[in-house]
Amino acid sequence: MSLINDVRRNFVEALEELGAVARFLVRMIVVTPSALLRFDLIVQQIFNSGALSLVIIMLAGLFVGMVLGLQGFTVLQRFGSEDSLGVAAAIGLLKELGPVITALLFAGRAGTALASELGLMRATDQLSAMEMMAVDPIKRVVVPRFLGAVISMPLLAAIFSLIGLYGAQLIGVQIMGVDSGSFWSQMRAGVSFSDIYEGLVKSVVFGIACSLIAVYEGYYAVPTAAGVGRATTRTVVTSAVVILFFDYLLTSVFL
Amino acid sequence: MPKSKTLNLGAGSFVALGFAALLFLTTQTTSHGISFGSNPHYDVTAKFDNIGDLKVGSPVSMAGVEIGRVVKIDFDTQDYKAVVKMSINDKYNQLPTDSDASIYTQGLLGGKFVGLTPGGAETYLKNGSTIDFTQSAFVLENLIGQFLANSAKSSSSSSGAADAPGAGPASPTEKTK
Repeated sequence: MSLINDVRRNFVEALEELGAVARFLVRMIVVTPSALLRFDLIVQQIFNSGALSLVIIMLAGLFVGMVLGLQGFTVLQRFGSEDSLGVAAAIGLLKELGPVITALLFAGRAGTALASELGLMRATDQLSAMEMMAVDPIKRVVVPRFLGAVISMPLLAAIFSLIGLYGAQLIGVQIMGVDSGSFWSQMRAGVSFSDIYEGLVKSVVFGIACSLIAVYEGYYAVPTAAGVGRATTRTVVTSAVVILFFDYLLTSVFL
Repeated sequence: MPKSKTLNLGAGSFVALGFAALLFLTTQTTSHGISFGSNPHYDVTAKFDNIGDLKVGSPVSMAGVEIGRVVKIDFDTQDYKAVVKMSINDKYNQLPTDSDASIYTQGLLGGKFVGLTPGGAETYLKNGSTIDFTQSAFVLENLIGQFLANSAKSSSSSSGAADAPGAGPASPTEKTK
């Protein structure tokens, strides 16, 4: 009996958590129009979560693309179709690896920064102080961070795919000797606009999910040192699971 | 404020870089033009006995140049044939009505595509026209089956089996007529 009760309680708690996240999202959406007036705050956050994540995204993209070129080449060579390396790398990067790895790195780089920043603001009563001064912390602090991250994520994914493509080209064409003409022409023939669209939709969805989890965990962090640490950890773990789950969902929708 | 200036510059160049990457991906990695579906085109249908693994989105080409794409594949329960609807770019609106449509394979194991060969009629295909002369896909399994049957038949005379493999791949479309 107690097991059933435990399951039920956990289920109810999970539903409550989901409801709290949804209400938080609605609260943010309500104040978004007025938050857009302070565009300088959003620009600052685009810099923080986008431009500062650029180096890790580009490095990761280069190596992922190079691995894709190397692995793809060795496998395709067995079937004598190494000319298709371009289309294999491009589809893999645009539809899956670009959005997913960017989102995972983004959750690690920008998501944790957001969560710990907001958590520390909570722990040091800065958020309460704002409320005291009749400044809505959601409007002034949370929404600019959320919007900055949501805007940055698809752009980072596009940069990741581009650098990855360059990495695949570097290994495939420059080192392994795939013909550069067939690399690009097969890619152009095999990649359709819908592939890019799919990747773009995925990266937007992952960006919203990641940023929402990060600001939610940070905003409602337990106001202690341990609480902030836990919020940061939960941000990464929950983001990773949600990203991979949504990836499966979106892929099956687009097929 | 110099601090805010560098910050704006950083954020601005990041956004510009992101959009440049997106622009490069959309224009350079895809076969832009026909696949966008935005430019004017007209639809032509053709019935085939067997389309192999032709798919929606497969190219339609004439003289090796891509002029359109397959937009719909259906099955006709009246005469048990596959009905292939092709969307052809309006630029190529002077294809004779007695043109002939065949299904070919890209490379040895590549995907299928529809190849059109022009006829000699004075009238041109227009939206809703049907191509009457079609040739089915070259199905590798059928060809292997025929080859095995032939080689079994001519196994008594050794010379017959020798030229069978040469004849097979050279004229794939005639075999499956």
